[in-house]
Amino acid sequence: MQPLADQLIRSWIHADPGAWPYTQAVYLLFMLIAGALLTTFTAVFSGIVSWYERRLAGRMQSRIGPNRVGPAGFLVWVADALKLISKEDTIPGDSDHALFRAGPYFVVTGLVLTFVALPFGDRLIAADMNLGLFYILSVTALVVVGLIMSAWSSNSKWSLVGGIRSAAQVVSYEIPAGLAIMVPVLLAGSLSTQGIIRAQGGPAGGSFFLAGGWPWNWFVFDDPMAFVSFFVFLTAALAEGNRTPFDLPEAESELVSGYNTEYSGMRFSFFFLTEWANLWVMSALATLLFLGGWQIPGVAPEVIGHSAALVFVSFLVFVVKTVALVNVVIWLRWTLPRIRVDQMMVLCWKYLVPIEMAAVLLTALWMLGFAHLVPAAQSAIHGVFFLAAGAVPLVLFLRQTFANLRLTSDRVDLTNW
Amino acid sequence: MEELVIQKIGPVSDEEMVLNMGPQHPSTHGVIRFVVKADGEIMKVAVPVVGYLHRAIEKIGEIVTYPQFMPYTDRADYLAAMFANEGWALAVEKLLGLEVPPRAQYLRAISCELNRIASHLISVGTMGQDIGALTPFVHALREREKINDLIEELCGARLTYNYHRIGGVAFDAPEGWIDEARRFVDRFEKVLDEYDRLLTWNEIYVKRLAGIGIIPAEMAVDYGLVGPNLRGSGVDWDLRRDAPYGAYRDFRFDVPLGKGWVGKKGDCFDRYYVRMLEMRESCKILRQAFEKIPAGDFLAPKVPKRIKPPAGEAWSRIESARGEMGYYVVADGATEKAWRVRIRTGSFTAMGIVEPLSRGMMIADLVALIASLDVVAPEIDR
Amino acid sequence: MALTAEQIHAAVAVRFGDAVSALAPPAKDPFFTVKAEAIVEVCRFVKSEPSLAFDFLEDLTAVDAPKENQIRVVYHLWSYQHRHGIVLKVEAERARPIVPSVEAIWKTADWMEREVYDLFGVAFTGHPDLRRIMMPDDWIGHPLRKDYQEAGGYEKISNVRDSSLLEYRRMDEAVRQAAETKAAATPAPTTAAPAAPPSPTSPLPSTGTAH
Repeated sequence: MQPLADQLIRSWIHADPGAWPYTQAVYLLFMLIAGALLTTFTAVFSGIVSWYERRLAGRMQSRIGPNRVGPAGFLVWVADALKLISKEDTIPGDSDHALFRAGPYFVVTGLVLTFVALPFGDRLIAADMNLGLFYILSVTALVVVGLIMSAWSSNSKWSLVGGIRSAAQVVSYEIPAGLAIMVPVLLAGSLSTQGIIRAQGGPAGGSFFLAGGWPWNWFVFDDPMAFVSFFVFLTAALAEGNRTPFDLPEAESELVSGYNTEYSGMRFSFFFLTEWANLWVMSALATLLFLGGWQIPGVAPEVIGHSAALVFVSFLVFVVKTVALVNVVIWLRWTLPRIRVDQMMVLCWKYLVPIEMAAVLLTALWMLGFAHLVPAAQSAIHGVFFLAAGAVPLVLFLRQTFANLRLTSDRVDLTNW
Repeated sequence: MEELVIQKIGPVSDEEMVLNMGPQHPSTHGVIRFVVKADGEIMKVAVPVVGYLHRAIEKIGEIVTYPQFMPYTDRADYLAAMFANEGWALAVEKLLGLEVPPRAQYLRAISCELNRIASHLISVGTMGQDIGALTPFVHALREREKINDLIEELCGARLTYNYHRIGGVAFDAPEGWIDEARRFVDRFEKVLDEYDRLLTWNEIYVKRLAGIGIIPAEMAVDYGLVGPNLRGSGVDWDLRRDAPYGAYRDFRFDVPLGKGWVGKKGDCFDRYYVRMLEMRESCKILRQAFEKIPAGDFLAPKVPKRIKPPAGEAWSRIESARGEMGYYVVADGATEKAWRVRIRTGSFTAMGIVEPLSRGMMIADLVALIASLDVVAPEIDR
Repeated sequence: MALTAEQIHAAVAVRFGDAVSALAPPAKDPFFTVKAEAIVEVCRFVKSEPSLAFDFLEDLTAVDAPKENQIRVVYHLWSYQHRHGIVLKVEAERARPIVPSVEAIWKTADWMEREVYDLFGVAFTGHPDLRRIMMPDDWIGHPLRKDYQEAGGYEKISNVRDSSLLEYRRMDEAVRQAAETKAAATPAPTTAAPAAPPSPTSPLPSTGTAH
């Protein structure tokens, strides 16, 4: 925060904040503004995603989706929010009132706090802590606390089962997620979110096709372990965010609505605000860890900070990558069925955790073995691997897509928005 | 009224809890209730409580005249009303000794097979939805909508058809309807392939259903399961082939049986996949019916104005979408009203097997089991 | 090999003699009557006898016959193996209908007997779980009996509903009577007694009296 504030002050009013008597107060003001911006961003993003997901689901399900309020139904999230705010906040008589009221706040707070360490572009970060990832992992634990609080205090059996499922799921999947995060951390040698992104860009001075955030500079294509870790991380993030196929805590067909069964009005909307904002968190984390973050292809990371236009471009790059991942998550939700609670545990403890442990270990060996001993072999393997892991699946995916289109004699129609 | 159910589930220890699943629950497919004794996620037992949709249709059958009862049969199974219509028509025709003209028989078979596809689509779609896949359900409804359109052109109704009549059917097929229906069948077979790709062989879906709720063949017969549930357990029995009625004598088709494709024979996946295959067989039957449909009357010319069958009793059975549907009609010979009407339905007996199967299952499996049995609440309670 | 109804009847009659009636003149579906006390044995026999092998209890229901003062329990049996069927009947006294349960032979009889118990009041001895299935546990009466009268309500919820036109007419009547009462200052007769549900053929009152 501080360097950004300093830079802004210097460039706008050409003054040196270091010479001012009350600089800390100025920084505090900046922090308040940043906090307000981030909270607003969370709410607005989750609102827009709620509309977007419903429209997208509508397309996938050959129906229309919300299309009444505003152009293409865009303002439906505003209408939803207004409705939810104005609804009565019912509190079951036999519930634990204090915990019941407090639960959603914990959930929302835990989520919004993660945005502190999430970057949006070069320099665009609330606090570039050197323990950024560690901080994000810690504050998300607050979400679980909130979920269990609201589930238990509801005094409803369905809520309780949902809450317990949620706790078991989130606590379990934090281990593979944490281990998967360790792989880029090892590769970058940093826990800072910006540091990891910077490590994924080629330095200036080389060829145009090596500098900056080209896909072959991303960690996901760095080595096989990172490639595996990317998918493990995505799976674990889905589970932590209670998204299909891991939406067991709110499995509608089994648990009515899970931990939020008894909630209504504003408190209910907090849960959904969290769920949709969580889409951003998980996608942004995956982007910054594995997909090169805000790195602009062809522009070395050192150069970006000097130009406001490039900073804006870096922001755009980050948003595009993140939204693409959000799309994937939504796509998964409307395609896959839900797995059972024991299968979820088996997947976590018998597959993901061992795979990730091996991946972390192998990454360390990889770095020792190739990066230091045979750098030439490393770049050769890297090139082959990039082709194998990136291009081949893409080609196969496109082939399958067109084959499916042919089989059903359907056509691509993008007019119905 | 709670005490008896609570007695039934037995003593509940501190470790266990009693969950009330229904009557209003997203996955009970109507108003059914299960009292579940669960230890965490594992169920000790689930006791079905039915009767929330009991409308005394059998009693109504004793109050109204024979033709008047036809619309009520729609309500016995609103997802497959054609079959309920046909069963009633067959029973009264049996009492009267009435011959149905061949064209009417074909129209009955065509409408029933279309309705079977529609009903199976709902079953398959809700199965996906209960497992958590929300999209296949809407895709299934999309196709069902087309069938509803077709049937609407045929008889003017989309859900409670009231199409069959004692001695035939209410209306002849409109001009060009057969071609339209043929086009639908051509398209639908491709859509079935799509469902297979989207849902059937999805790894998660298979894992959720394979080996769950296994019903061995002897148990299925013992508990009186019928239709796809019975064939899912590998019992080779289909009334359309083995005791044919109406136009079904003229058609050649296969009867798909559960083979334990992914798990054990008679598990939830087998029941699901038997329905998928049955839709293909229905398409075959429809094609043959479109090919062979004769010209002629669609309603027997000799149907009396006032239907007063001689004293006696008749038992008619048809292969409904949910299996054997039987009508037991007792006529007193003196009035125009039946003395006793009994509707034997597949869902009722299918619910009886839930309790013994539920022991040791997980809560999520109960949802899959109910979906795979394809129970429809109004058919249970009538 | 499928047997005819006569052959099936002969096989059972040879074994059970008096407990089995003659085969009814087959008006439509051939049936024969079995004495109540023998029904379990007969059912066990027809299921286990290899030449009969009735493994499927298609239907179990009852017919009320107040004229003969009987409730007849009807068993529709089917054999998947031989592909033949038969109908058995058991006659029970209407006042105290008691029939042994065949639940031990076909499990599907569990729910079917519960239904017959619920709607006809036939007590199936030996049934492990004989409680109402369609109606609430504390319901009074057995609805499918011919002489069943609705109690007028359940748990203070009326189950009698008139045609709304009749209802309007009664309300008009009440208003008119209240006016008359006021004028004459004499107590009016109450109109609270619920009327019987109108039969579908009953003529509707003219709409002139409706609001």
